[in-house]
Amino acid sequence: MSDQLRELYQQVILDHNRNPRNFHELEHATKKVDGYNPLCGDHYTIYVEIDGNTIKDIGFTGNGCAISKASASVMSATLKGKSTEEAHKLFDVFHKLVTGEPGSLSTAELGRLAAFSGVSEFPARVKCASLPWHTLNSAIEGDKETVSTE
Amino acid sequence: MTTAAGTLPRSASLIQDFLDVDRIRGDFPILHHPIRGGRPLVYLDNAATTQKPLQVIDRIVRYYSEENSNVHRGVHYLSEVATDAYEKARTTVKRFIGARDEKEIVFTRGTTEGINLVAQSWGRKNVGAGDEILITAIEHHSNIVPWQLLCEEKGARLRVAPVNDSGELVLEEFARLLTPRTKLVAFGHASNALGTINPIRKMIGLAHAAGAVVLIDGAQGVPHLHVDVRDLDCDFYAFSGHKVYGPTGTGVLYGKEAILDAMPPWQGGGDMILSVSFEKTTYNALPYKFEAGTPNIEGVIGLAAALDYVSAIGIDAIATHEQDLLHYATKRLLAVEGLRIIGTAAEKASVISFVLEGVHPHDIGTILDQEGIAIRTGHHCAQPLMMRFNVPATGRASFAMYNTREEADALIGGLQKVIELFR
Repeated sequence: MSDQLRELYQQVILDHNRNPRNFHELEHATKKVDGYNPLCGDHYTIYVEIDGNTIKDIGFTGNGCAISKASASVMSATLKGKSTEEAHKLFDVFHKLVTGEPGSLSTAELGRLAAFSGVSEFPARVKCASLPWHTLNSAIEGDKETVSTE
Repeated sequence: MTTAAGTLPRSASLIQDFLDVDRIRGDFPILHHPIRGGRPLVYLDNAATTQKPLQVIDRIVRYYSEENSNVHRGVHYLSEVATDAYEKARTTVKRFIGARDEKEIVFTRGTTEGINLVAQSWGRKNVGAGDEILITAIEHHSNIVPWQLLCEEKGARLRVAPVNDSGELVLEEFARLLTPRTKLVAFGHASNALGTINPIRKMIGLAHAAGAVVLIDGAQGVPHLHVDVRDLDCDFYAFSGHKVYGPTGTGVLYGKEAILDAMPPWQGGGDMILSVSFEKTTYNALPYKFEAGTPNIEGVIGLAAALDYVSAIGIDAIATHEQDLLHYATKRLLAVEGLRIIGTAAEKASVISFVLEGVHPHDIGTILDQEGIAIRTGHHCAQPLMMRFNVPATGRASFAMYNTREEADALIGGLQKVIELFR
């Protein structure tokens, strides 16, 4: 097993893939958006309950690889209770992390998102990791009902 | 090769008599080009595209080094040489698929373009409101969407013949769906996603008895099976060059001369006309009527080199070898814990779609890739089919003439690593 692979499939990712958090519909969702990766057929529906500018709750359903499912799970756990501004900021942090953009992101800034640090070595998988975030972003912006990574 | 898969010889020693795989592998430079930190390439994505032998690569180099010119235009030496090579390629294709005349061979960019040509030219002329087009549940998107576009435009109806749980066409249902309203029937020779070989002879007979025109999507047929369009009596047969060891951007649409002749041109431009004035344009004869613009000359010449290469080895010998790999790999895969094969038809081309419990195909693909093993993962441009089998995606290993049992073993080894990581 290559080190790169172990770096990609970290325990946190395998754990969130096996037991995804907030993996359910949201009864009181204020917005629901579908995200597709047409290349591999990944499909998630992200539900958010936004009160003012606070993300009160997030849930998701759907199907996809370990990277996308773990990403949706970690994202939901990370953003619950955060403000939409903070969510935007973390989206930016996550995007830089998975695209391997040089820059010093501190461990504190990354938090549990650090588990996705191996993704940047796998260009074909960046879309998997970012699909849930793009979808959520759209739910917060409220401009689309479907998001595609293509 | 329409022999029942079950009657093919399967012992390795016998196979070696048919096909010298080592020698064949020597013809494919890419197979000797290590990837991912020095690992040998195990290329099992042949249903997506095949690798190219030196015979094809060298032919293209020679064309550009010695023969490059535009075709059907110049009076000069090179134009004659290029035109001659291009038209000889047409003869090669004609012989390869058993067509009656070169006029019946239209060069395209690939299978997709061939199907769109028929939908847009034949379809728009012959399909009207209330008419029906019949396809099957295991078609590639390229044999679904062009018909949907046509049906939408004309107010016609697209009907879909179902498959059973093995991925085989339910022939009685297919027959039942043929009505006097059925204008055209389109189906794959073999399924890219499951490998199922359709009983096309029977299907063509039934469709003709109902008065419908038949198009075969031969993208997965020509690389694996002997094709004789006159013997099959299909009206159209489309295939791609790059899936049969030729260059990308090349393809062939075969059509019966009388049918092609009655069809209006599809794209307008140079080469497809006899004379043009602002009042009236007279179209060129077959097949040029359907070849507007400068064609993919180098590609077509390369395609002919590829078909010559396949002919020299023999499609039946290739099929026998591929069937051996199919049966060997199927047996080994079924022994992998939690693995399920999607598509278990009695007659299959060398394509195996599979799912592994608890692991998404995309993750399987990434892990195998680290081992130098190339498979396809995803929906294989057959989303309705994925829905039919209730899987979002599958992994797909597809074998070609240069693959070996050792490579099937490497696939199994790679899958064990996947299981190790995920369990």
